[in-house]
Amino acid sequence: MENLLILIMIFALALFLGYELITKIPPTLHTPLMSGSNAISGIVIIGSIIILKNGDGRIMEIIGFGALILSTINVVGGFLVTDRMLSMFKKTENNHKK
Amino acid sequence: MITTNIITLVYIISSILFILGIKRLSSPKTARSGNLISSLAMFLAILITILDNSTLKLSWIIIGLIVGASIGILMAKLVKMTAMPQMVALFNGFGGLASALISSQEFTRLANIGKFSIYSGSTIILSVIIGTITFTGSIIAFLKLQELIPTNPILIPFRNILNIFLLIITISIGFILLLTNTHVFIYYLIILGLLLGILIVIPIGGADMPVVIALLNSYSGIAAAFTGFALNNTILIICGSLVGASGLILTKIMTKAMNRSLMNVITGGFGQKITETQNSISQNAQTFKSINTVDTAILLEYSENIIIVPGYGLAVAQAQHSIKELSEILESKGCNIKYAIHPVAGRMPGHMNVLLAEANISYDKLYDLQQINDQFVTTDVAIVIGANDVTNPDARNNKNSPIYGMPILNVDKAKNIIVLKRSMNTGFSGIDNKLFYIDKTSMLFGDAKDSIEGITRELKES
Repeated sequence: MENLLILIMIFALALFLGYELITKIPPTLHTPLMSGSNAISGIVIIGSIIILKNGDGRIMEIIGFGALILSTINVVGGFLVTDRMLSMFKKTENNHKK
Repeated sequence: MITTNIITLVYIISSILFILGIKRLSSPKTARSGNLISSLAMFLAILITILDNSTLKLSWIIIGLIVGASIGILMAKLVKMTAMPQMVALFNGFGGLASALISSQEFTRLANIGKFSIYSGSTIILSVIIGTITFTGSIIAFLKLQELIPTNPILIPFRNILNIFLLIITISIGFILLLTNTHVFIYYLIILGLLLGILIVIPIGGADMPVVIALLNSYSGIAAAFTGFALNNTILIICGSLVGASGLILTKIMTKAMNRSLMNVITGGFGQKITETQNSISQNAQTFKSINTVDTAILLEYSENIIIVPGYGLAVAQAQHSIKELSEILESKGCNIKYAIHPVAGRMPGHMNVLLAEANISYDKLYDLQQINDQFVTTDVAIVIGANDVTNPDARNNKNSPIYGMPILNVDKAKNIIVLKRSMNTGFSGIDNKLFYIDKTSMLFGDAKDSIEGITRELKES
């Protein structure tokens, strides 16, 4: 029970922290924020590894493996596409020269 | 062998790096490094979890990682920027489904070893329900955005009552599962969650998708956080709640920009009701002026301050690059060009900014609603490209308008207004735009890309 309370405290604090962090992000970056935070929610990849490891029985292993693939797509695709987008955000002073 | 203390320590380091990574997203200058820090944090967390206590099934884990990473890389490299909303929707869905699958297996595992408790049970149930709703909801959003199914609201009779009924059944089954610990009920929950996800998103129209995607983004985070509770894993809780908060804030911003409540968006069918009531009104013959590319070029050439108002129509016409070319020519002639971007322009929050960034338009020229609205008064020409409802002065003036109260760009305050449009058809909401009929407005009909290129040609020749 004590453990549960600590987890709830972490949950609440992280929610508030998230709120504070994200309100400071300008609208220009809202799409990369979404794809980036989406990649972060792919943290369940850790859960799928744990399930795959601890899994006893075929079904559990198969489902764990499926979850692992899904969350890996989420993580790798999410971070990469965010990077691709952010690389396009440039301040181009030299373009005025023409 | 790695002790739990070391694992916890690495998880703490990862969490800090995630927070720093998100913090760096607050400026375009540091954002890319922020994303890199977040991915490093993820790498650390994955690595320590794999190394933890056994190399059991290591080959399976590696195969899974390789398969998933390959698919992820392909998707991230191949996706067009216009299709970004549907891809984020799909990723949300994958994350949600993964959460639900993991939790359902944790349930089976705990039940097998007899360690099932009310506490672990309730978090597992929440994770399964939210995860499955996120999955099918995201798939429907993906199909709508990809236009594989009709984008307009699909209205099932009594849908709200049906949804509430299903939700009550779902919660009841959750309670039965908790109290009786009956194995099969987890599968009923999965089926109900999948069904609810479909029913919740299917009545929501294409123009409301920014809200839906932001909300599903939040759900995928919350599902991950509950999975963390189920697995007793702090980093899942921290990351999940960070993402949950992020999605909720974006949802709030989007609904505010539409002047609607979340409930109003979710109950769905917005576009259709209005088309019926408004069409009769818009039948009134109103006069508008049209203009050609030659006259537009002349007008622009003698203007000092120009604001471009892009909407989703710009992306549909693939006109981002043409608009960049036009801007460059005008800037070389001494014009001052700014872009005014409404929060709901595009199909997801900030979508239009990414599309313009792709066309190499400097981000310091992109202004949001609050930053630019006072500047329209001193603007010589406002060019509206593929935007409609977000420029409708009725939202400010006409109490009877369905969009009354929605924050709009004050385009009508500019000295001259040029609207690039295919025809006089109404926008997504089906509401007639008063902006088109005021004296200062000239309509430039045709495909946005062709029109812009036409203006650019004229300017080059002069």
